[in-house]
Amino acid sequence: MKNSAMVSVALLVVSLAAWQWGPGLLHIPTFIVPPLSMVGGEFVHAWRFDHLMLHTGVTIVEVIAGFVLGSLLGAVVGYLLGMSPTAEVALSPYILALQIAPKVAFAPLFILWMGFTIYPKILVAVLIVFFPVMVNVLTAVRTVDPDLINLARAFKATRAQIFWKVEFPTSMPPMFAGLRIGATLAVVGVVVGELVGGNAGLGYLLTFGEGQANTPLVFVSIVMLTVVGSIAYLGVILIERRVLHYLPARAVGGNL
Amino acid sequence: MPDVVRLEYRNVTMRFKEAHGRGLLTAVRGVSFSIRDGEVVSLIGPSGCGKSTLLNIGSGLAAPSEGLVLVDGERVEGPNAQVAFMLQKDLLLPWRTVAGNVMFGVEIQGVPAAECRRRAQSLLANFNLGEFSRHYPHQLSGGMRQRVALARTLAVDPHVLLLDEPFSAVDAQTRMVLQRDLAQTLKKAGKTALLITHDLAEAVTLSDRVLVMSQRPGTIIDEIVIDMPQRDNPIARRHDPKTNDYVARLMDRLDIAHASLERQAGGAA
Repeated sequence: MKNSAMVSVALLVVSLAAWQWGPGLLHIPTFIVPPLSMVGGEFVHAWRFDHLMLHTGVTIVEVIAGFVLGSLLGAVVGYLLGMSPTAEVALSPYILALQIAPKVAFAPLFILWMGFTIYPKILVAVLIVFFPVMVNVLTAVRTVDPDLINLARAFKATRAQIFWKVEFPTSMPPMFAGLRIGATLAVVGVVVGELVGGNAGLGYLLTFGEGQANTPLVFVSIVMLTVVGSIAYLGVILIERRVLHYLPARAVGGNL
Repeated sequence: MPDVVRLEYRNVTMRFKEAHGRGLLTAVRGVSFSIRDGEVVSLIGPSGCGKSTLLNIGSGLAAPSEGLVLVDGERVEGPNAQVAFMLQKDLLLPWRTVAGNVMFGVEIQGVPAAECRRRAQSLLANFNLGEFSRHYPHQLSGGMRQRVALARTLAVDPHVLLLDEPFSAVDAQTRMVLQRDLAQTLKKAGKTALLITHDLAEAVTLSDRVLVMSQRPGTIIDEIVIDMPQRDNPIARRHDPKTNDYVARLMDRLDIAHASLERQAGGAA
């Protein structure tokens, strides 16, 4: 564990050094790949004059709103479909079609509907987060050990008791697997929404930098988006570790 | 009350729709027997003879096609609090502690939390699991998990226990320890039990009587009374040479069942 951490740090130092001096050594112009120090300078500049923190804040709010709403919706629909086989059979072709449709393609439509506000961005994120959560919850509810349900029934459990004491807790590990995927996808959804139209958020800053041929600003935006995505992912993993504390340590939250 | 009948199967027949085609498959046919208060009766028979079907009917999870089951003289029409079952799988909930798992049934039945905890602690203490009450199932061995499952079954204080091959997934030595624990518990608490098993020695050492079932459609073809002392000490019974005689008799009986069934099938065709 300690060795792998040291390798990780060494790799970071090497790649940062390559970023700083590599472009110069290879004679790559700075408007194609700006070196690290230039991007750092642009970061400070954007912080002071381009409202970098405000744009980051807008994106964070949209990501959180889209992720929370999308997960809740996905979980609720997953449980309902999981408990009603008829509904699942009736709805599955439509769900499949919607799942295959590239969700980001809805972004222009949502902007037509709701204008240059934060709502179309949130809606794209909701749509994109919905599916991994819904599918995982649905599968989990569907695959609960029937003997476990029979055990609860033999103790005279009501339908609600079976749900809260057996089905809901059983679905937690797969649901968190879905939430982890959802956390990173939420950032994708929000950014596509911001790229398509708007005047705030890191996606907007990205197109703004592109319009000015300000490559360092584009890099700054990408780095900040990665930071936002990582925070979202880490947040889910921290909650997962608390909720799934009963599982053997290795089974939870990947290797962090 | 040794003469009170706790559990009675009266002419129980169970048919299922066949998986393919429209035919009906008779799993068990005309099964009748009764178990008196405090008696332990084993049910043995070839695989697929409908033993587990009988257990599902007894616990009220399935309704028989014909006939009925009575518990304490009352017809079983759904799950009821007098009957509890235990399977080969421990069915422990991984997110509950050992104590939480023991409380699962009583909690569902609405027993107050303090009483649930008290029952769980005293049962766990009986099974030498007191110090593990805050552990999670994945931290326990297979034998300990099965003991927790038995504690959960007893926590609801049922009159009748239905046990479906409860120890067949654990290793042979652990199994003997678990058999002893079960036998002592049943004796001490005076519980009535129907034990389904593949293990002939288990049937003989744990029971007052053994019922032998035929192949499908399963029906009871013999009843052997185990005339040995110390039903609460299966390990002592294993040393008794009579155990081997009973096991040999049961082996014979199961083989004869096989042959006679083929004749029956030939005669019917």
